[in-house]
Amino acid sequence: MLDGTTTEIKPREALRINPAKTCQPIGAMYAALGINGCMPHSHGSQGCCAYHRSHLTRHFKEPVVATSSSFTEGASVFGGLANMTQALSNIFTIYNPKVVAVHTTCLSEVIGDDIPMMIKKATEEGIIPEGKVVIHANTPSFVGSHVTGFANMVTGMVKYLSESSGKTEPQLKADAQLNLIPGFIDPADMRELKRIVHEMGVKTVMFPDTSGVLDLPQDGRYRMFPSGGATVAAIKSAGDSVGTIALGHFASHPAATELDEKCNVPCALLELPYGLTNTDRLIHAIRNHGGVEVPSSLGEERGRLLDAISDMHQYFHGKRVAIAGDPDHVIALTQFLVELDMKPAYVITGSPGNHFENRVKELLVDHAPNAVVLQNSDLFALHQWIKNEPVDLIIGNTYSKYISRVENIPFVRFGFPVLDRMGHRYFPSVGYMGALRLMEKINDALLDHQDRECPEENFELVQ
Amino acid sequence: MIELLPGRARQVVQTDGGRPAEMACDKASVAGSVSQRACVFCGSRVVLYPIADALHIVHGPIGCAAYTWDIRGALSSGPQLHRNSFSTDLQELDVIFGGEKKKLEAALLELIAHHSPKAAFVYSTCIVGLIGDDVSAVCRRVSERTGIPVMGVHSEGFKGTKKDGYRAACDALYKLVGTGDTSGISPFSINILGEFNLAGETWVLRDYYKRLGIEVVACITGDSRIEDIRRAHGAKLNLVQCSGSMTSLAKMMERDYGIPFKRVSYFGIEDMSAALYDAAKHFTGAPEILRRAQELVREEVARIYPELLRYKEKLKGKKAAIYVGGLFKAFSLMRALRLIGMETAVVGSQTGDKEDYKQLQEMADPGTIIVDDSNPLELAKFCLEKDVDLFIGGVKERPIAYKLGIGFCDHNHERKEPLAGYVGMLNFAREVYASVASPVWQFAPRRANRTAAPLEPVGLRPAAV
Repeated sequence: MLDGTTTEIKPREALRINPAKTCQPIGAMYAALGINGCMPHSHGSQGCCAYHRSHLTRHFKEPVVATSSSFTEGASVFGGLANMTQALSNIFTIYNPKVVAVHTTCLSEVIGDDIPMMIKKATEEGIIPEGKVVIHANTPSFVGSHVTGFANMVTGMVKYLSESSGKTEPQLKADAQLNLIPGFIDPADMRELKRIVHEMGVKTVMFPDTSGVLDLPQDGRYRMFPSGGATVAAIKSAGDSVGTIALGHFASHPAATELDEKCNVPCALLELPYGLTNTDRLIHAIRNHGGVEVPSSLGEERGRLLDAISDMHQYFHGKRVAIAGDPDHVIALTQFLVELDMKPAYVITGSPGNHFENRVKELLVDHAPNAVVLQNSDLFALHQWIKNEPVDLIIGNTYSKYISRVENIPFVRFGFPVLDRMGHRYFPSVGYMGALRLMEKINDALLDHQDRECPEENFELVQ
Repeated sequence: MIELLPGRARQVVQTDGGRPAEMACDKASVAGSVSQRACVFCGSRVVLYPIADALHIVHGPIGCAAYTWDIRGALSSGPQLHRNSFSTDLQELDVIFGGEKKKLEAALLELIAHHSPKAAFVYSTCIVGLIGDDVSAVCRRVSERTGIPVMGVHSEGFKGTKKDGYRAACDALYKLVGTGDTSGISPFSINILGEFNLAGETWVLRDYYKRLGIEVVACITGDSRIEDIRRAHGAKLNLVQCSGSMTSLAKMMERDYGIPFKRVSYFGIEDMSAALYDAAKHFTGAPEILRRAQELVREEVARIYPELLRYKEKLKGKKAAIYVGGLFKAFSLMRALRLIGMETAVVGSQTGDKEDYKQLQEMADPGTIIVDDSNPLELAKFCLEKDVDLFIGGVKERPIAYKLGIGFCDHNHERKEPLAGYVGMLNFAREVYASVASPVWQFAPRRANRTAAPLEPVGLRPAAV
């Protein structure tokens, strides 16, 4: 189906072919699921909500709940107030969540619905029961990408929920609580981050937290609101933390900045902890904020990763890699690939944002100065680049599999969404252990390909 | 009964063997319900998507294109153009200043020049309906310049339900019907409407009709080509499978071309055979067609029956829940389940109408729970209450079934084997058996107390010899 991809690369302003992004609301919905007892609510037509739920379900293989304002023609002419009021009333009456997290859609943005006013009105009319919370984020689908939507909803959590209780500096220091804003990563990754801070003995508030929401064990029951997720109390207390570690410029930085402005909590911005250096930075930041020593257990994990890289480094050297995905993921992964002595050749994201190109070029300035680095790009463009000069490996979400098949290039699935494999649901990619797994996948893909394709005389038993 | 959303009470009934209750259905979902339903755009997109030699471009922000990129499993024996994702990816400035001239027209011209499709479909999304892009004018201009039909599909998400999307798709299709040359079409010819070639089902059906001596002019839209659709008005009979999606097209063809239509289902032995006989009987001038149909049915049933009986033996008394898009499919599923010894305990749909629900209540065993436009809480509750062994549904229902420890069969876009025809019946039985009888459920909490293996070590070193 992609055989028709041409090698001639022309500027293409008018047209998106095979996107490497999707729209804001799905990111907001995913973020909202990381609040304990939260019902994500889509203020728009019914289809948006159905599509987001289906798409998230395909990635996580978990039930995903969300409600919709079920816009009709009337709502799109007269505004969505009546729909929102009825929706909030129904949601609290029947499903009884602790929180409703409203996000907008292109439809409600264009008609100019004022969500804070609607929430205020519902509060005044007693539609929102005592002790229940409604938060919101504006997530117009025609701006940014799903990553922007995620960031906006996490920022909304801070805006609506986080508070500084007025504790004195010594009290805050004594509590020594740390905020961790994990970014748009899988529940398994969030679980791993919690394990790391737990190992280090630092009291941490992580939000959003979809572990325990979208990675549930089978226990014979269906719960609309599983036990996981960051509680409202925890997100509230984020205003009393000694510091915030925000992972990812695109997904997490806006919320951390908001928290700093609102509650004066200083922030360390890091990249996602993929690979050695980025995990080292995370551990270092936790140590600094928490005033703790790094336990030997983590030192040993690091040592095992280092040893594994040493064992296999000859197979990684100089391999040309194409990477496609979300900006925070791709930036951090680029760093890891450089550590593995691989050569990122094409590094693209579908999301817009200059920081992406600047940062990736900075990371590659010595190692792969000729790499093509593009924001706001798509998989058709990536395929064209690959057709012009091939690569040894593609790393990207499931949609990259078309290119991998047509060009017979080894492929590692990574990022969002992964619709056709299972590992991402259980095994983390973050931290030293996550790096080991990523490395294993890269190594397996390269060597499996070599074993399958090489001439018989070069077919090796020991590698 | 569980607590239902206000206004939903009449959308759930339990049959009691008496007169069917009138169900409230065919209405918009209540705002704030966790509905499994989608929108107008979704309806149009699923119907038109399988047309493989057409260009499909989504005019709107990226999401609508992203979520419908190659998810349908509608196979093509030739071009694969429909499996790419083309969209205008509207941005903020386009929303303010309109996107039709610059983006849509340029995108269409570029793509048509490159791919030489036989036609193009332009899907309007919510936002296009609001910013007032004149999609029809763009389509007209591009059609004039390129010489291929370019159809605007009025699929703005908020302008109704999925059913309205089906109608919009039929309207777009109907612009093609009647524009092709019908010479050489057999007097014994049909169109198949509402069959989408999921997992290659159209190919199974085409083979059957060929054996009967009936020409299939167009399958709309499974593995279809624009040329076929353009000459579809030359067929003598329309067989409508997914009636929710295609009845309006069949009615227009009946009105303007006098082509009668029959509602069929290709699922299960009884319905498949009835579909073949219905077509055969229509061609009264050719009794040999009926004779061939009888032969085919005999032959095909004989081929699968022994194996079906083996599955029936193993599945006898097991219970199923069905939640599908349209109810007509549910009827077939219930009959097919009966054939392999299973009962249907819960059944519902997203878009069934009053008549369908009435027929369903007459057909269902007493005590069956019937739901319209349901949600996960209701579905889970009913499945547990009825202690079902199998759930038949789509992507959103699968993980719910598994969390409850219930087997699952996808009878929607994600089916992997053809479920239509006789071979499809066997595949269905096999798939149902594979899931219902999977060893994993012995560990599922609700079964574990009945089936748990003893936990003693399998071997002990003798204390003394």
